[in-house]
Amino acid sequence: MNHNEYLPFRSEIKEVIRHTDIEYTFRMAYHGDVKPGQFFEVSIPKFGEAPISVSGIREDSVDLTIRRVGKVTGEIFERYQGDSLFLRGPYGNGFDIENFRGKELLVIAGGTGLSPVKGVVDYFSSHMDETKGMTLIAGFKTPKDILFLEDFGKWKQAMEVILTVDCADDDTACQIGLVTQYIPKLKLKNKEEVTAIVVGPPAMMRFTTQGLLNIGLKEENIWISHERKMCCGIGKCGHCKIDDTYVCLDGPVFPFTKGRKLLD
Amino acid sequence: MGYILNSEEINEVFRKWKQDSVIYAPILMKNGGVFSDTDSVHYGEIQSIEEIVFDQRSDFSFKEILLPISETLFYFTEDSVKEPESSVKQAIIFLRSCDLHAVKRLDTMYLHNGAKDPYYKRLRDRVKFVLMGCKESFDSCFCVDMETNRSDDYHASMELSDEGVRIDNKNPEWDELFAASCTKQVDVTPSYVTETETQVNIPKSLTLDVMKSSMWKQYDSRCINCGRCNFVCPTCTCFTMQDIFYTDNGKVGERRRVWASCMTDGFTDVAGGGSYRQNNGQRMRFKVMHKVYDYKKRNGIHMCVGCGRCDDVCPEYISFSHCINQLEDAMKEVTGNES
Repeated sequence: MNHNEYLPFRSEIKEVIRHTDIEYTFRMAYHGDVKPGQFFEVSIPKFGEAPISVSGIREDSVDLTIRRVGKVTGEIFERYQGDSLFLRGPYGNGFDIENFRGKELLVIAGGTGLSPVKGVVDYFSSHMDETKGMTLIAGFKTPKDILFLEDFGKWKQAMEVILTVDCADDDTACQIGLVTQYIPKLKLKNKEEVTAIVVGPPAMMRFTTQGLLNIGLKEENIWISHERKMCCGIGKCGHCKIDDTYVCLDGPVFPFTKGRKLLD
Repeated sequence: MGYILNSEEINEVFRKWKQDSVIYAPILMKNGGVFSDTDSVHYGEIQSIEEIVFDQRSDFSFKEILLPISETLFYFTEDSVKEPESSVKQAIIFLRSCDLHAVKRLDTMYLHNGAKDPYYKRLRDRVKFVLMGCKESFDSCFCVDMETNRSDDYHASMELSDEGVRIDNKNPEWDELFAASCTKQVDVTPSYVTETETQVNIPKSLTLDVMKSSMWKQYDSRCINCGRCNFVCPTCTCFTMQDIFYTDNGKVGERRRVWASCMTDGFTDVAGGGSYRQNNGQRMRFKVMHKVYDYKKRNGIHMCVGCGRCDDVCPEYISFSHCINQLEDAMKEVTGNES
């Protein structure tokens, strides 16, 4: 048979990084072009496949940050360094660094929404000279849910970082409150020129993008990433279709001008 | 080239075809209907012209020949995967004009929307189509309005007449075969309908705003989200991945894709419990808009071919054509434009 996109390849787990009880990053052996915000179909034979976005890119590996919420991901958590998973991809358009270079950047992420955009934050945190300034607002439910804690230390040295949680019982270094409440207080140089990326649960994206428009950001300067059920990743299975758009082919990253019109 | 063959002659052609091909056509499944003592017309393998049901529309379409209900994508062991071998036989499929137009919709999805689907392509490359002319339409058909009542991209056409089986052949490879067993060569044009009892009007003003209309509420309670409409539809193409493993050896199994329905629960579930379109009315809206609005926006032709099978299969007697005909009023409702 000619090229068969459905056949997965075996990839070794090079490292497992534990963020929370239910969220681990699996560093998977991979050589090839891949962009932040793209996704792989990750599978374990007999348990099935799940679309997982790329949360980090290295020369010989990709990071897949996985939350244990279902049958496939539950089984993935039984795998350790040296074991392997099956992958196919990368799929989707991802974030194109070119669209953000030379801009004043604002990234707002909610929960695991930080994963798809993390590659962008990583890149500019070590190439701040390619921006006109950068701010990251990351929100999590509680301090226990914070992902990539070690990376935040590194990011804070390069850019403005607001790490916030919805609620906290114990003493915590981060602030308390929803990501949206920080938007009016942002010290942005030129709001009309700021380019923003918003990724998170649907309600968070809805209120956050509205908040950005309220303070004067331009609609065409906002980017979002959608999460949908992507069974095949190649525009066939139909699960991720919204209107005439296939999230797996045309997204998951969309300019807000297009993304806001995608009503399920 | 046109021919008229008697049944003995055409069955001789079938015998020759069967040397390297499987012939699929609508056949009668005695007592196979939903209610007791009712029959059903499905696609199946045939040996002779007498088995083909010409005077009824098939309850299910040809679709499962090109897109099996459950298709093995590969076999797996713990650390390797292997593609299944495919049949070496060719296939000849008897279908009506609406269904031949449906093939274009399947091709669009599986060969052009994103990467080519290798499983579909290897079946598709082996298929030839025989058009069954329609002298008159069936109750719920609306092919004329969907512009699928005529086809000319068939390999051959066949229909029954008093003189015998009338054939128009466009496949040069078959000319010799037909000519050899033919008593009469004539010009044949396949019959097609020019008018249907059921008619639909897809408003030009249609936009996604129609989702806000109250028309969808009637389906919240009427529709029981069984998904039968998707499964009889010749253009529904959705599937879900499914892994199974063998009970003798749990480390070995296969990954399959199985037909999926946008009307049933679970279709949009994402990790962590999120899902979209919880109520049946909005699922109906999603399906209807795909069939007569957004598919065309993306691919230039409407997805629905007007075969009417979904009307006939619905256990709640929901009519798809009737639903389309409510869209104009629904658009007026949401735009507040009564003119």
